[in-house]
Amino acid sequence: MSVRRLDPEQPAAFAFTPENKAWAEATMTKYPAGKQASAVIPLLWRAQEQHAGWLPEPAIRLVADMLGMAYIRVYEIATFYTMFQLSPVGKKAHVWVCGTTPCMLRGAEALVEVCKRRIHPEAHHLSKDGDFSWEEVECLGVCANAPMVQIGKDTYEDLTPELLEKVLDGFAKGQPPKPGSQIGRQASCPAGGPTTLKDYAKAGQ
Amino acid sequence: MALQDQDRIFKNVYGFQDWRLAGARARGAWDNTKALIDKGHDGIIAEVRNSGLRGRGGAGFPTGLKWSFMPKNDPRPSYLVINADESEPGSCKDREIMRHDPHLLVEGALLASFAMRAHACYIYVRGEFIREREHLQAAIDEAYTAKLIGKNNIHGWDFDCIVHPGAGAYICGEETALLESLEGKKGMPRMKPPFPANVGLYGAPTTVNNVESIAVVGDILRRGAVWFAGLGKPNNTGTKLFQISGHVEKPCVVEEEMGIPLRELLDRHAGGVRGGWDNLLAVIPGGSSMPCLPATICQDLTLDFDTLVKHKSGLGTAAIIVMDKSTDIIAAIRRIAYFYKHESCGQCTPCREGCGWMWRVLMRMERGDADKSEIDLLFDVTKQVEGHTICALGDAAAWPVQGLIRHFRGEIEARIDKRQAALRQAAE
Repeated sequence: MSVRRLDPEQPAAFAFTPENKAWAEATMTKYPAGKQASAVIPLLWRAQEQHAGWLPEPAIRLVADMLGMAYIRVYEIATFYTMFQLSPVGKKAHVWVCGTTPCMLRGAEALVEVCKRRIHPEAHHLSKDGDFSWEEVECLGVCANAPMVQIGKDTYEDLTPELLEKVLDGFAKGQPPKPGSQIGRQASCPAGGPTTLKDYAKAGQ
Repeated sequence: MALQDQDRIFKNVYGFQDWRLAGARARGAWDNTKALIDKGHDGIIAEVRNSGLRGRGGAGFPTGLKWSFMPKNDPRPSYLVINADESEPGSCKDREIMRHDPHLLVEGALLASFAMRAHACYIYVRGEFIREREHLQAAIDEAYTAKLIGKNNIHGWDFDCIVHPGAGAYICGEETALLESLEGKKGMPRMKPPFPANVGLYGAPTTVNNVESIAVVGDILRRGAVWFAGLGKPNNTGTKLFQISGHVEKPCVVEEEMGIPLRELLDRHAGGVRGGWDNLLAVIPGGSSMPCLPATICQDLTLDFDTLVKHKSGLGTAAIIVMDKSTDIIAAIRRIAYFYKHESCGQCTPCREGCGWMWRVLMRMERGDADKSEIDLLFDVTKQVEGHTICALGDAAAWPVQGLIRHFRGEIEARIDKRQAALRQAAE
């Protein structure tokens, strides 16, 4: 459980772009007739993507109207699911730092310190230039490449504080580094090369 | 005898090769799938049951048996729902399947849906797995284009496959919470019964299976139940994706035989425990909800469902979290307790209140700021949470704390002694 509330400052209105509206209407048809409420998460997510990475209150009402749901039901979804950002996030990057035990064992606490020093002492606050924000999240499912952060759609893995600084430098310059392992590992293959399926690895290279 | 590459199912687990249709076909997927369909609904279920496959999502329930619970002559549509909400700390295998071999999952989804007479399958992928969803969707699109799935496909069984995103709630990995979420509600688990096989998605018969359970179905049917059952140990058959994290030299995901000894797994694939085997403090053998086991038990431990249950732990998702002697074990479990506090849906009082209570007490115990009598009190509270909630999240929150007290009570007592000694000294 975590307490999540809407931002006190909200835009007056929200509308999907024509492309996103068409996409939303197509998404609603993926579910059986009368079950359009199923599309609530994808639609809210698209609204968040369109609105600089955070979900404004008028978007909650718009999605409710599109899906024939009561406002309170969509508000519940927006506050229950923690990937919906209810306040503005950094323009260049909102950093999810995984802090759960597998990442913690390999140094996630030091990554949090980097974010506190470099972005803001508190999670969910913008950096002075408004470019960055961060939060500690629960397990992101990348445990064999711990510790790691996720920024937008991509993960940055096998980090140290120094490597995280480099990743953030890249975002600050508008040149994000290549996602995945930052020490050159191939996915979750053991460092130094596979112990199994060596022929398959060779054939693929 | 180590598992041979020819017996591995996930041949592209690291993504060295092409994950798209052409690559998947070259590795054997979608090869004469029609012949597998021709085994018939009940033929497929019998084959999967005979293979001994037990669900790979954590509970280890026999997959073929689960499928047989689906009604056969029901006017309502049947659904297969695939649980790709991989969120159990330590688990990172479904991600590799979806991004590096998604066609194994799509083909398995068709076969499983046909077996259960379902024409539609929803794959619920955790929200954060955005790139994984992109690969999975691309694979599904390829399968539609190649007429492998969809209406009037070459397999003669109309089948739609839909990818659905979550949005960051661990609880949605619980099957009924997942169904609630898929219906557009908060992910709060449902009371059982009725079970999903009778009243599931949209009130219709539904089976919820883990990604890995479905992705192995194609290979089981192609190579036969006898092949799969011949791997591993009796009642714990087949191969399994093990995920090794924490204090090993080379963390990795690797497919091995069920029942492999822990030490062999770590030494062969993960470069061993950091600082050597003697530096091992404890392992969490099945994802964060499973009680930790101290090094003394780990010596000859084999990794399979039945062995780990005997040691009052579990294989779970086969996510092995290794902790060496530098670990503050109280802090490690405290962080897990925080995880469950954060992820409790808040529906049942014992879980909502108990998870926070356990976390707060562990915070104090980590500092030694506690009374020794509180250790028994904490254990008692875990027993008040366990088994007193609608879903298993309460159990999952209680077990790691029980494991800590069962095996590391001395550590907690020493921490309390140390702090009290420091306080006495400060007072003098």
